[in-house]
Amino acid sequence: MERPRWAPADLDLDRPSVARVYDYYLGGSHNFAVDREFAQQVLQAMPNVPQLARENRAFLRRVVRAMSALGVDQFIDLGSGIPTVGNVHEVAQELDPKARVVYVDWDPVAVAHGEAILEDNDRTAVIGADLREPAAIFADERVKALIDPSRPTAILLIAVLHFVPDELKPIELIGQISSLLAPGSHVAISHASPERQAEQIGQAANLYQKTASPVTMRSQAEIEALFGDLDLLEPGVVQTPLWRPDVPGELGPEAYEYPAYAGVGRVR
Amino acid sequence: MEPPNPSEVAGAWTDAIAETSYVVIGRTALAARLTTRVEEILTLLDASGDDFGPARSIGAALVSSHFTEVGSVTGTLRALGDRLTAYAESVHKGDRLRRILAELAGGYADALRERTLAEQERIHIASMQARAAAERARWDSEARFQAVFADAAIGIGIGDLTGRIMEVNESLSEMLGYSLDELRQRSALDFVHPSDDPAVWSDLAKLFNGETSHFRTQKAYYRRDGTEIWTELAVSLIRAQDGSPRFAVGMVQDITEQHRLLTELAYQANHDPLTGLPNRTMFFERLTAALADTREDARVGVCYLDLDGFKMINDTLGHDAGDELLRSVAERLRVRLSGPGRLVARMGGDEFVVLLEQSPGETELERIADEALAVVREPVILGGHTLRVAASVGVVDRAAAGTTAAELMKAADTTLYWAKSDGRDRTAVFDHHRHAQAVSRYRLSAQMPWALDEEQFFLDYQPLVDLNDGVPAGVEALVRWQHPELGLLGPDRFVEMAEQSGLIVRLGRWVLREACAQASRWRAEHPDWQPLISVNLSPRQVAEPGLVADLKRILAETGMDPGALQLELTESALMATKGEPLAVLHRLADLGVRIAIDDFGTGYSNLAYLSNLPIHALKLAGPFVSALRRPAGPSAADIEILATVVRLAHTLKLTVTAEEVETAAQASLLAGLDCDLAQGWHFGAPGPPDRINHLLLVN
Repeated sequence: MERPRWAPADLDLDRPSVARVYDYYLGGSHNFAVDREFAQQVLQAMPNVPQLARENRAFLRRVVRAMSALGVDQFIDLGSGIPTVGNVHEVAQELDPKARVVYVDWDPVAVAHGEAILEDNDRTAVIGADLREPAAIFADERVKALIDPSRPTAILLIAVLHFVPDELKPIELIGQISSLLAPGSHVAISHASPERQAEQIGQAANLYQKTASPVTMRSQAEIEALFGDLDLLEPGVVQTPLWRPDVPGELGPEAYEYPAYAGVGRVR
Repeated sequence: MEPPNPSEVAGAWTDAIAETSYVVIGRTALAARLTTRVEEILTLLDASGDDFGPARSIGAALVSSHFTEVGSVTGTLRALGDRLTAYAESVHKGDRLRRILAELAGGYADALRERTLAEQERIHIASMQARAAAERARWDSEARFQAVFADAAIGIGIGDLTGRIMEVNESLSEMLGYSLDELRQRSALDFVHPSDDPAVWSDLAKLFNGETSHFRTQKAYYRRDGTEIWTELAVSLIRAQDGSPRFAVGMVQDITEQHRLLTELAYQANHDPLTGLPNRTMFFERLTAALADTREDARVGVCYLDLDGFKMINDTLGHDAGDELLRSVAERLRVRLSGPGRLVARMGGDEFVVLLEQSPGETELERIADEALAVVREPVILGGHTLRVAASVGVVDRAAAGTTAAELMKAADTTLYWAKSDGRDRTAVFDHHRHAQAVSRYRLSAQMPWALDEEQFFLDYQPLVDLNDGVPAGVEALVRWQHPELGLLGPDRFVEMAEQSGLIVRLGRWVLREACAQASRWRAEHPDWQPLISVNLSPRQVAEPGLVADLKRILAETGMDPGALQLELTESALMATKGEPLAVLHRLADLGVRIAIDDFGTGYSNLAYLSNLPIHALKLAGPFVSALRRPAGPSAADIEILATVVRLAHTLKLTVTAEEVETAAQASLLAGLDCDLAQGWHFGAPGPPDRINHLLLVN
């Protein structure tokens, strides 16, 4: 973090990118050979990663719908990655065409791609920024143009906080983000955890240590702690598929083996 | 065979593909959509002709719903094949169904290929855009850096890890007076300056090998034209992504002006504004540093010089002349005596000092001191006057170990005092023996008040004999100190100190009282004997306002007859009595006591006063008397002088007492000259009152 703000971000196409690898898990082709090679290694360690990714995207959709139902129409997706299909603006604007969405990622390719596909949507923006510097994000002119800080906003931290190590103080980070939000705002988190499928997810996580985004997995309690003094919505921090499922009766046994937790907290 | 129910077929199709890919559409919506597709397939199956476009569209629609995984197409073919083959065969359309499914697969493959290519193209474009953005940002940042670098007021240089200068900005080039190209051909290590803190180069080495990332220092540089600038230098290390050192960046700020001011201030703090010589502060700094030399044989020498009679020059010629004199003396001392390891400083007033940080030994120090004296003695021409001044120098040579600056300067001060008191215009070398004496005198002086309390003092009495009949006519009371450690001490050991310290007043009062008390005891023991009691009075006692009152009280308390008490004052003490003391003398005489001049003939011998002062007696000084016992016998002149003095005294109605009479010959000669009284070994040494008693018995 020593580089000055005006210095260019790293752009290293020879290393796998978390955003493009995730796109590959979801059946996208917005990726390069280096990403696919890496994804294949992860799949070898943990063949059900695509399933996990889909569940995660499903959680995102459910959260956006839940937020929309609460009347929240401003969304900031921190660590948005490559928007394939089922993106926040698609879900939100289907329910409320006036909904505004800001995507934030530090991967320059993800940002460039997002800019291309959202070019015609004037209620969305993509900015290249580091989610660990929330004040800079909220100070960005494009964010200020779309997000009214005096009204409730939904902050989405989907499958991204496990890329923030403890030494960068994620609890303080969320507290800092929350302090920038109006009452009635929400913070949604989904986060990898080693409590289920420990061996496979452990191996997969090890592979990520070589990328620019090493993984810090956290227990359910630690993930709960990330919410700080936010009020957790029902049902609290639970395994991702168990968070307000569309059809509760159809949950299979694999939902209870899901190696990640999710929850939504409300800003008082 | 009835056609299959489309929704049932769609249900199986849904089951086969729902979980195969990441899709946004829910299961129910998917089933409904697939039912429509099944109906389209059945319609196509029923129809005839070669237009299989609808089947291709269904394949493409799967891709656009993001059924992008291979499992989605195999599941589709398997589910539709399973559910539709039997019916198709029953209506003899098995071939057509296979064709429809083949076209569906073809449409899926085409669409997937299109989608994949489109996404690949999009991501490549995105990566190129990102790269372009990064390039732009880098260019921006470089442009910004270039602007900062080139236009900065601060000098900036970038060097590699050997110190070679790779890039410098205009400011640094101007600061150092070299062109940009000239600097680029040099190394930072070329810019050594004698004042460099040696730590700079080790700090730089540490930076180059990555141990530190930053350091700051003040450093001087020689510019191309040889002039000097002072800078505040901050050096930072630029590391590669893996943390290994790459470049060093130096930021150089010209602080020459501040440095000059600070140097000037420091100079002012350490120099005397009048003479420009180092001042007392700097002298003590250097002295303390020299004394900190830990080498065993390290010695430090000091010549402490004070002009003789400078106050008189100031008072008579004025302070401007005095200052001018100090300036020229200072300048001469500086030119002639300063050198490596030597510091000539002005201590203040007319005091100068030469510090020899490594003493060359006492002999050489004395030579230096004499040189300093010679320098001072050279005439100074001041506004037409030729002034000759002299000085006194105290020389001290000390081992550095165990000596403090304060001790050394105290010794120098003492030695200078000796030079002054030995007669000025000379050098005195510190002498431990002399110093020890001074110290013991000081100690003695400090013990006296206590000794007086403890009654360690006592009086001896020496007979004053009438030269007409050889009978004791009186006694001189002489004070003694029975010191508990040093034994018996005569007045020569302590009276002068008591005079200096002022204790003589108390001691003198005690002597007076004791002598009067003894007189009263003698009166009791020898009612027929009317002795004259002679007591010495010091100048300080005479000047003491309470003297007359004290004496009155003592006379009253002891019942002493004032006429039997004789107070002895030295001639010089008497000469100094003017004004008030002279009045005191008259008041004493008014009390009826006798006043004698002690040691007559050793002072100014101003005979005029003899008729003016209330004096009753003269005591001839020892030399008059000892002249009478030269080996060859007394000269006629000696005798004539004595005879004249005695005659003169008698003319003035003064009695004459001869002191230090040691032989019978002297005694008879003095008697022949009509001298009245005598004392000395010949008549009896000073002793306790009993000895006087014994003497009285003998007579």
